Amino acid sequence: MQRKTLQVAGIALLAHLLALLAWHLVVTVGKVPAFILPSPAATFATLGNARYDWWGNTAVTAVEIMGGFAIATVLGVLFALAFTWSRLALTLLMPLLITFNMIPKVALGPLVIVWMSYGVVTNIVIAFAIAFFPILLTTLRGLRETEPELLELVGALHATRWQVFTKIQLPGSLPYLFSGMKVGSVLAVAGAIVGEFIGSEAGLGYLMLQVQVRLDTAAMMMSVLLISLIGIILYGLVSALEALVVVRDARLG
Amino acid sequence: MPVSADPMNTEAAPFIRLRNVAKTFTRDGAEFQALSDASFDIRAGEFVCLVGPSGCGKSTLLRILAGLLPANAGSTVSIGSPADPFRPGRDVGIAFQQPLLLKWRRVLENVMLPAEILGLPMRETRERARDLLNLVGLSQAERKYPYELSGGMQQRVAIARSLVHDPKLVLMDEPFGALDALTRERMNVELLRIWEKSGKTIVLVTHGIGEAVFLGQRVVVLTAGPARMAADIPIELPPQRTLELKTSEAFGAYSRRIYGLLGMS
Ligand SMILES: Nc1ncnc2c1ncn2[C@@H]1O[C@H](COP(=O)(O)OP(=O)(O)OP(=O)(O)O)[C@@H](O)[C@H]1O
Ligand SMILES: [Mg+2]
Repeated sequence: MQRKTLQVAGIALLAHLLALLAWHLVVTVGKVPAFILPSPAATFATLGNARYDWWGNTAVTAVEIMGGFAIATVLGVLFALAFTWSRLALTLLMPLLITFNMIPKVALGPLVIVWMSYGVVTNIVIAFAIAFFPILLTTLRGLRETEPELLELVGALHATRWQVFTKIQLPGSLPYLFSGMKVGSVLAVAGAIVGEFIGSEAGLGYLMLQVQVRLDTAAMMMSVLLISLIGIILYGLVSALEALVVVRDARLG
Repeated sequence: MPVSADPMNTEAAPFIRLRNVAKTFTRDGAEFQALSDASFDIRAGEFVCLVGPSGCGKSTLLRILAGLLPANAGSTVSIGSPADPFRPGRDVGIAFQQPLLLKWRRVLENVMLPAEILGLPMRETRERARDLLNLVGLSQAERKYPYELSGGMQQRVAIARSLVHDPKLVLMDEPFGALDALTRERMNVELLRIWEKSGKTIVLVTHGIGEAVFLGQRVVVLTAGPARMAADIPIELPPQRTLELKTSEAFGAYSRRIYGLLGMS
């Protein structure tokens, strides 16, 4: 088990190194101009440029992504619970939420900025808005997935609603919750960056717009790499938590 | 339709007494008769099999016995007797065709679920669950997860679970229907052994006529026609039932009779 995990990690690392090598070869062999595609070395070298405040900008973007994602997870689960417990909440709110889900969240960006002015909080809201639905919908589905015959089996013993909920529905919904969180984590990254593109004064998305004007392609590449890195870390945290609490066979892809 | 002890009965009273039990469902405004006029008795500790074509109301009857569905007005469903009281919501164990185990629980915790729901003391429950796993031949598997077990093993866990709270009545709806023929025969022999050891009253629904004759002390035959209960056949075969019995003349005669009642011969 341990050895297999190490092996998988090793192969993953190798694949990434190979991709870097391919990138390097394309640039050097193909003599691609640096303003179109800088080499990996040149890209990483921009990290030395203190004017770009890499730490500060990365921290801002990370806070936006994690914040939006965390709120989306908490509210997504709470709404899913409310909808399972109350038929009224489901029939009243669900159609509204579905309509809301149809709105491209990116289109909401400029509005949110009008309402809240630009900044970290605004971008958290946009990241939240885009990550919320997949988490709500998959969790809701998981809570309802219980086999009816299992409910009969415990129903014949007069199980209370609370018992059914805590012993059967809630643990049964965890694989779905995690599957929703994985989708949500990817979307939260997109949400935060869109927010920064539309209006902001800090963050990696903001930095990308600044360096784009100077044709500093290496810094743009580096920003993209760092944004992806935040996303990968978030996804990794979700997967690690899933590995802790969900039995292997119950996990969804 | 109360499911309770019938005070009118004396000591000789059967454990379960069914008279004119019927069930009508209303589906899209139209009435639909799922079960009509089932009348028979079950003694305490008896093993009764229900057979009949698909849709004739076998599962419906089990649900009524489990207290999950009310029977129509005019039906008599009485379970328990003054000497042997039956507590609805407490004294019933169920096993279905699918094992329906909780994927995230280990085998032992799966077996313990009914006792947990009833709030029985955990330490004794754990002991009892271990004994039952031993009885179904899975004492080595208590720390495993369901996905590590074969279908037959999962079904044994489900059977152990149906017994963990020491119910008086065990209801089984095609418990071996999803198993391959060989596993199924082996499980039949095991179930008889479990029944003999536990002394439970078992009502088992099956599509296998041979299975019904082999397992049951009595076979109740339901048909799809308007007279829904076709026969109540006591099976007088040696109490020590082995698989060789299935090749005997008497066994064949019972099977033929039931096939005949179902219009299949
Ligand atoms: N809750 C319900 N509402 C409406 N109709 C029902 C309901 N439950 C069962 N029925 C109908 O009642 C009839 C009898 O159902 P039941 O499940 O008891 O049959 P069965 O004998 O167990 O069949 P099978 O052998 O296929 O399991 C079927 O036609 C079924 O569609
Ligand atoms: Mg059925």
